[in-house]
Amino acid sequence: MGMTITEKILASHAGKDKVKPGELINVRLDLVLGNDVTAPIAIREFKKIGMKKVFNKNKVALVPDHYTPNKDIKSAEQAKILRDFSNEQGIINYFEIGRMGIEHALLPELGLVLPGDAVIGADSHTCTYGALGAFSTGVGSTDLAAGMATGEVWLKVPSTIKFIYKGKLNKWVSGKDLILYTIGKIGVDGALYKSMEFTGEVIESLSIDNRFTIANMAIEAGGKNGIIEPDETTLAYVKERARRDFKVYKSDDDAEYERVYEYNADDIEPQVAFPHLPSNTKGISETGNVKIDQVVIGSCTNGRLEDLRIAAEILKDKKVHKDIRLIVIPATQKIYKQAISEGLVDIFVDAEAAVSTPTCGPCLGGHMGILAEGERALATTNRNFVGRMGHPKSEVYLCNPAVAAASAILGRIASPKEIVGSG
Amino acid sequence: MIYQGKVHKYGRDIDTDVIIPARYLNTSDPKELGKHALEDLDSGFISKVLQGDILIADENFGCGSSREHAPIAIKAAGISCVIAKSFARIFYRNSINMGLPILECLEAVDGISAGDEVKVDTNTGEITNLSTGEVFKAASFPDFIQGIMEKGGLISYLKSKVEAEGN
Repeated sequence: MGMTITEKILASHAGKDKVKPGELINVRLDLVLGNDVTAPIAIREFKKIGMKKVFNKNKVALVPDHYTPNKDIKSAEQAKILRDFSNEQGIINYFEIGRMGIEHALLPELGLVLPGDAVIGADSHTCTYGALGAFSTGVGSTDLAAGMATGEVWLKVPSTIKFIYKGKLNKWVSGKDLILYTIGKIGVDGALYKSMEFTGEVIESLSIDNRFTIANMAIEAGGKNGIIEPDETTLAYVKERARRDFKVYKSDDDAEYERVYEYNADDIEPQVAFPHLPSNTKGISETGNVKIDQVVIGSCTNGRLEDLRIAAEILKDKKVHKDIRLIVIPATQKIYKQAISEGLVDIFVDAEAAVSTPTCGPCLGGHMGILAEGERALATTNRNFVGRMGHPKSEVYLCNPAVAAASAILGRIASPKEIVGSG
Repeated sequence: MIYQGKVHKYGRDIDTDVIIPARYLNTSDPKELGKHALEDLDSGFISKVLQGDILIADENFGCGSSREHAPIAIKAAGISCVIAKSFARIFYRNSINMGLPILECLEAVDGISAGDEVKVDTNTGEITNLSTGEVFKAASFPDFIQGIMEKGGLISYLKSKVEAEGN
């Protein structure tokens, strides 16, 4: 019996020829990651272990992206813990404001995560890097502390669910819609503890930005990791960034899958997840008249260049509805700069959107766009739990950047077709 | 370890945003976090809970963010252990790693009501509903995980290893 790509990466990082689902293994890590929410606890715990130095100062990344630029005095104290620890340990991959980006957009962009890597991050959306054919999974602060100390993590080898997407994407349908549709089908614990392997002709046709969006939301189905086999698209992305060797793994033809789901993209229209679970999805044609107060385009899910290009295509020469606050957040400084040089930022500002420096900010209800009681936001982010973006009695709806942009113009949840015709 | 207390019971898919909302994540102080545990799910929780009480929930408890502030807040609020039909995987790891006892037991979740007095033996996995006399058995943890739990969490486990190696 062969192995899946996830099993192969885990086996190679555990020094084994073969691993099986359910097996407990120690995995050697290529990178461990923390942010300004999770790393302060990890650093406190690291110091308790009694080791003076991190296992490898080049393999620890600390990205203060959640409450930065510092929201308040308490957040400033948290971010300072990362800065001081990075200085003390000589950690190369610490990113200060101005160089910082949202961690899951930044690290792949800099070539710090590559195909075949094993990565843990104290952030649940660490699963994003599966888009490059890496094994990556979210952990908590104590795992990060242990990872920084030992360069290892204990893991149970997950069984794998395979998702096959056939057919052709409809207009205005993106990676975000495929993953929301999938979560809508299987539920928020439909892949609990499992690996989600995304395959099929539709995935092969997707850009790397769309693949990041899909792998990013594996956690919203409870998945341990989401993964896509590297192909020419992947290699074109990593080749100009990689500064070390990497290995491409692919699943064997006779690999064992716990389950296989097959979807036809022809049946999938843009999706909207209604409050208060990402699985509470509807096609855009079934959403009805939902008035909104705020639209957010950004986050580790949909704050990449392609997302901004699509939003700008719809917002060009239009104005944001008078009752709407549109917030656009490029995920990294490089994306921000590219958006300026391509004229996207001009389009957003002319449309009367607020454009922000990179931050996770509103996605988690941190800062930069908090909702009042009774308000509704439509966001390209990843979670719509109770109180996620602010007041416990506010609501969040999730969608792709095209739907977000069209809705910002119309003041209600709307299809991009209402703005630009059937295309 | 044996824990005994009154049960507080909630439903499925309890996410870490309602366990500890992000507006409190600008601190990692357990005392501060404990004051806001489950606030957006049940604003009366903190005033009801007594030291040693037991939290019971349905499937997928602790889904969402990786914030370890969630089990920290629950523990600091006074909860001695959590029983659920299933846990989201990061919450599961975090609880083991930071020393909040958790048990998976379908029957116990269905057979115990809010307000019942319950005794939990984490060594044997035995859950006794003292209000009804019913006894349930939770799934046991693999030896490796049991080892971490016996040391009181991953950091103490690693510390004892580092000390043993004279590192």
